[in-house]
Amino acid sequence: MAFARSRQALAIAGVLGLALGATACGTGNDKKSDKAGSAECAAYEKYSGHDGKKVTIYSSIRDVEDERLKQSWKEFEDCTGIKIDHEGSGEFEAQLPVRVDGGNAPDLAFIPQPGLLKRFADAGKLKPASADTKAMAEANYSPDWLKYSTVDGKFYGAPLGSNVKSFVWYSPKMFQEKGWQVPQTWDDLIKLSDQIAASGTKPWCAGIESGDATGWPATDWLEDLMLRTAGPEVYDQWTTHGIPFNDPKVAEALDKVGTILKNEKYVNGGFGGVKSIATTSFQEAGTPITSGKCALHRQASFYANQWPEGTKVAEDGDVFAFYFPGIDPAQKPVLGGGEFVTAFADRPEVQAVQTYLASGEYANSRAKIGDWVSANKKLDINNVPNPVDKLSVGILQDPKTVFRFDGSDLMPAAVGTGTFWKGMVAWINGKDTKTVLNDIEGSWK
Amino acid sequence: MEFDFAAEQPKFLMLMYGLIAFVAVVGGLLLLLDVVPTWFARRREAQLVAASASGAPVPRRRKQREGVFAFFFLLPTLLLLTIGLVVPAIRTTLLSFMDARSTNWVGLDNYGWMFAEDSIFRVLINTLIWVLLVPLVASGFGLIYAVLVDRARFESVAKSLIFLPMAISFVGAAIIWKFVYAYRGDEQDQIGLLNQIVVSLGGEPKQWLLESPLNTFLLIVIMVWIQAGFAMVVLSAAIKAIPADIIEAARLDGTTPWQMFWRITMPSIRPALIVVVVTISIATLKVFDIVRTATNGNYDTNVIATEMYNQAFRYGENGQGSALAVFLFVLVLPLVIYQIRNLRKQREG
Repeated sequence: MAFARSRQALAIAGVLGLALGATACGTGNDKKSDKAGSAECAAYEKYSGHDGKKVTIYSSIRDVEDERLKQSWKEFEDCTGIKIDHEGSGEFEAQLPVRVDGGNAPDLAFIPQPGLLKRFADAGKLKPASADTKAMAEANYSPDWLKYSTVDGKFYGAPLGSNVKSFVWYSPKMFQEKGWQVPQTWDDLIKLSDQIAASGTKPWCAGIESGDATGWPATDWLEDLMLRTAGPEVYDQWTTHGIPFNDPKVAEALDKVGTILKNEKYVNGGFGGVKSIATTSFQEAGTPITSGKCALHRQASFYANQWPEGTKVAEDGDVFAFYFPGIDPAQKPVLGGGEFVTAFADRPEVQAVQTYLASGEYANSRAKIGDWVSANKKLDINNVPNPVDKLSVGILQDPKTVFRFDGSDLMPAAVGTGTFWKGMVAWINGKDTKTVLNDIEGSWK
Repeated sequence: MEFDFAAEQPKFLMLMYGLIAFVAVVGGLLLLLDVVPTWFARRREAQLVAASASGAPVPRRRKQREGVFAFFFLLPTLLLLTIGLVVPAIRTTLLSFMDARSTNWVGLDNYGWMFAEDSIFRVLINTLIWVLLVPLVASGFGLIYAVLVDRARFESVAKSLIFLPMAISFVGAAIIWKFVYAYRGDEQDQIGLLNQIVVSLGGEPKQWLLESPLNTFLLIVIMVWIQAGFAMVVLSAAIKAIPADIIEAARLDGTTPWQMFWRITMPSIRPALIVVVVTISIATLKVFDIVRTATNGNYDTNVIATEMYNQAFRYGENGQGSALAVFLFVLVLPLVIYQIRNLRKQREG
């Protein structure tokens, strides 16, 4: 008995030993760059001197986009010897605070919400950008953009990718067949809508269902109209709570949105009445354009990826976009979004990568790979392969453009990703403008 | 996308580490359990042998050691309970008296906010409707069904039909019912069962999930659909456990089925019925997945658990989220206490 027991114990101990032994076996690999010094590396001279160092980046960019990202800085890695370790997460917004509070912050993070950026800056977690990064950013981006990553006078990082939200999608073929013209002003747009409605088709289609983010496309509508009816200065006051959310100017803008989205004659082409907007998913909201059941769909540049397979997205193709016209044609306000390269560490190699990502070389390197837009002024529009991206870059680089960041990303999360979304859903579902704006104002503390 | 083993290697490595850690910990514990008692037994054996050899009195075993042993085995459970339950509960309660960033004390502000804010008050009302209706309807339906199919032909088939939804997750059930309630415009083909029925009867399709307060009741239907099976199975077992002699005696006395139900069945299954109602009530108070999946709390259908999650994790309002959590805890507490008391009474009786 005693013998059997001790043998059993020995067996367990043996397994245990094996297990612990295996845990101790790590994997290690070192990669050395040997390209440094060659001709194509001349451009990276100023980032040299950090051979063998590693920089970690955390972002919400995944899958194919992640591959493109890695490809875009490969040459930089080969030439400087800095290894960039990028990790993309679908839970980026929720996980980043957890990692930062847990003392496991990445060196760099691509933050798409200036509100979140400010939260980290206020908490003293972010490192202000180096003088080199700041100089590079100021040379390449307009002040409109840089103010979103500046908190209390300190600059925290340059933008990277961008998108343009002030677009109306349409079918160039349908327009040509019916003899419709792309409108240049708000009044033209309404006239065109009436003309289409008279022809028996509902002109607009829209959808704001998006899982737990339901409502966001409608907030973009209001933001776009705020920029047009009240102007960029009032828009800034609105997003920073300088004026209350239920200010008459906001009510005016929302009512203007209502002239389209709450007009039974205008919506919802291919889906039903006004209320069907609330339950139509934003991904499929524009598809009736391809079957001629709807003519106009206001959505951001990234909607280009949502069209059914085989749809040609081009100026002479099945679908394309035009700039959502302003009320005064002399002004060109543009609503958009983007991510900012912010640092949680200030080691020299981290700053080198941060500076490089703000440079024109990087913007062009990334743009050539495709499906990418940036407000970087050094970006050569000829390096942008896709027609909608070309249009977006053209708008972003136009000196007449007044750019404003998506307002819901600037407001506190409880409003920007909470009551604002929910309020717009309730508004579509029949609540009146005044009640909705009062409710949202009540939640903003 | 193709599955690339090389690219997924870090994950497999993590998986291996996890398995190894598991084997190490569990193996270590087993080893400990094996070695320590053996060692004690051997020592005692040696003591006994030595005692019998020298003729000295047999040493008495100390009682105290057993207490130490008991504590030693309870320790992991106590530790995990403290870390996983007691500490978070206390911390949540403390956070509920603090502001959004958990830095300043704000007293009862968060609790005041719950009742002052219209949309949050609506959340409380909705939760009330849920907790009043679901246990009542689900248990009632389960009970009637259990009584009707009892000893009928095809009893097991009939029971499994009602029990099947239990096997579906709340999220799955909500998605299924979202299709039942789905809406398509007049001119299109309906994909939702309910609207198809309405249309074929000559009506207009409706946006079922957009109309308050009807939508809350439609969501409650989903919960009842899932929970009725649970009620039915437990109550059916209780009915089967009623002693046959009681039933026979009642039959001989010439009871009508109606009297049989109220005088015999109901009193006999009362303890089981209480368990069912309490369990469903607690599950209903915690309901989260159904609302989040079907409407995401829009159109006045929000309930406490979804709003708590939104406040704490999406809006960064730690104080308000914690206050809702504490409120939910306080609501569940009386049910749990009642349940425990009942169990204790049963055990004594």
